[in-house]
Amino acid sequence: MKHRTFFWFFLPTGLAMLLFIAAPIVSVVTQSLFAPHEAVLVTVESCGPFGCREETSIDQDATRELREERPLGRFVGLDIYLDRGHLAFGEVAEAWQNRTSLSDFFKRLGNLPFYRAMAFTLTYTFTVTPLLIALGLMIALAVNRLQAGLKGFVIFFSLLPMIVTPLVGSLILFWMIDSRGVLGSLIQWAANDPNLSLKASTGLTWVMLIVYGVWHSAPFAFVVFYAGLQTLPQDQLEAAQIDGATRWQQVRFVIIPHLMPLVTFVALIQLMDNFRVFEPIVGFNASAHATSLSWIIFNDLSGETRQLSAASATSVMTILGVAILLSPVLVRTWRDFRSKH
Amino acid sequence: MASKAQRTPTGLKIAANLFVVVWLILAAFPFLWTFWGSFKVELDFFSIADWTNALTGKNTEATYGRPFTGAGYHGAWVQEEFWRAVINTFIVCFFVVLTSLTIGTLGGYALSRSGFRYTFWLLIIALIFRAMPPITLVAGYLLPFFEWNLWGILPTTIIVLVAINQPFTLWMLHSFFQNIPKELDESAKVDGCTQFQAFRHVIVPVMWPGVITTGLFSFLLAYNDFAVTSMLLSESNRTMVPEIAAFLGTTYTEGNVMFAVAAVVSATAPLFVLVMFFQRQIVSGLTAGAVKG
Repeated sequence: MKHRTFFWFFLPTGLAMLLFIAAPIVSVVTQSLFAPHEAVLVTVESCGPFGCREETSIDQDATRELREERPLGRFVGLDIYLDRGHLAFGEVAEAWQNRTSLSDFFKRLGNLPFYRAMAFTLTYTFTVTPLLIALGLMIALAVNRLQAGLKGFVIFFSLLPMIVTPLVGSLILFWMIDSRGVLGSLIQWAANDPNLSLKASTGLTWVMLIVYGVWHSAPFAFVVFYAGLQTLPQDQLEAAQIDGATRWQQVRFVIIPHLMPLVTFVALIQLMDNFRVFEPIVGFNASAHATSLSWIIFNDLSGETRQLSAASATSVMTILGVAILLSPVLVRTWRDFRSKH
Repeated sequence: MASKAQRTPTGLKIAANLFVVVWLILAAFPFLWTFWGSFKVELDFFSIADWTNALTGKNTEATYGRPFTGAGYHGAWVQEEFWRAVINTFIVCFFVVLTSLTIGTLGGYALSRSGFRYTFWLLIIALIFRAMPPITLVAGYLLPFFEWNLWGILPTTIIVLVAINQPFTLWMLHSFFQNIPKELDESAKVDGCTQFQAFRHVIVPVMWPGVITTGLFSFLLAYNDFAVTSMLLSESNRTMVPEIAAFLGTTYTEGNVMFAVAAVVSATAPLFVLVMFFQRQIVSGLTAGAVKG
């Protein structure tokens, strides 16, 4: 295909991505370096019968003019990244110096919003991903043994947790584990504690969100692994059987190595997707106990005062986090490409 | 014929079947339960006294004389005007799917037919964009959209969702077009067609399976989006998901949780139908990336 033809074919999609993905990224990075203008203050000396006094007031007109003239705000460099709402190096250093023990230091760190969100985001990402892979693999192995007629039926219901809108899915679970809901009552009965509420404790909230995450994403792993099982070379399995491999050894040494590329694929995709965890926190109304980077951005942007600078700084750091998680995928794609050309 | 070595011992068979049943309950029960409960009053849906009330609808019967009531649906659809959100959602989804498939097919086709090195880099850039959480871009949209008075209206949101959709659409359609033999359009070009004519008359007739699969995922992305729609739409233009989120704020205080439950069930129903009819396409779409990658 000629360059010219390619250009015209690619122009609409390229333009859409340039204007609404690339440009906003640039804009977000820029905004994170600017803070809103402070109000312009004027000091007027007013002299009365009892001597002169200096009065400071906000010059409304000048403030508005300044804001209209430069809507971005004033340039503050990396200040926003370093303030208390973000990396907060000052507070971290202080916490380190005043620590009484290591756990005390982490407790102090947990009071800083960015580190609190980071702690949950990373815990969530790195517990949900392996768990959903394990669960997905088990479902795939179990479903693969079923009769053909049942498979479609099972796959239909298995797809639901993944297809349903994350906010809706988390709400459905949230209502069930409410202390008055069916699962909530069951847990209270099982724990023999009529006042037990999953929502009240930080630890249980985290567990709840992680369970939701596994429930939501396991179907994806299941479908991918199930497709992989269909291409399993039967002769290898037979050879293993002739060699006297037990059922577990067949899974361990034939099936899992065969599925390994798919496991890597699912792991990489899910690490990126789980890192942006956001809707369940809204759905489970869990922000008092668990926050994530995406939730901080959402929280900064909604409400009366839209804190664009603060949200932008968090956005940039989230993008960097995603970039780190994405790098193995990029390296893999690059290697694939090199081997083909 | 299964040999003796391949035959599964009974214990394992039972365990595996039991596991499937447990998983089915985990996957399906929450939906059935909420669907059933959406026809009850709040005292039954959230039952302090006895959880079986949610099944029998004791309080619902006391209030309405029947164990089922459509009060939640009436409240959500009529009183809270949820139908507006439903219409908005379908407008947004329709145009997002239409636009992103149109420009995505052209782009994906071009990427699959051009052998130059820059196609690889374009795909890599698309992959990076695909990984970007949409919420991180929202801060970049707000200021210009406010300045140019574009904020709050449906067309803006549609274009933004189309753009966010593009990286994924490109990847899917690119790998799909690569499976269509190049000889097809090459021979059309030898016969004197331009590249576009070859695309129009030779490729378009055979591309529908891939386009439908990609369209399904575009639909799901637009339908399920919360971050972009809740931030970029004004109150009267909200789609279903941000509307449900807004319900939560008001209903918990006013005691109308059943409105939110009815709205949630209403928003789930179309997805149910979608999976029922397009299960095969969804499965093949999910695995396409994996088998390639």
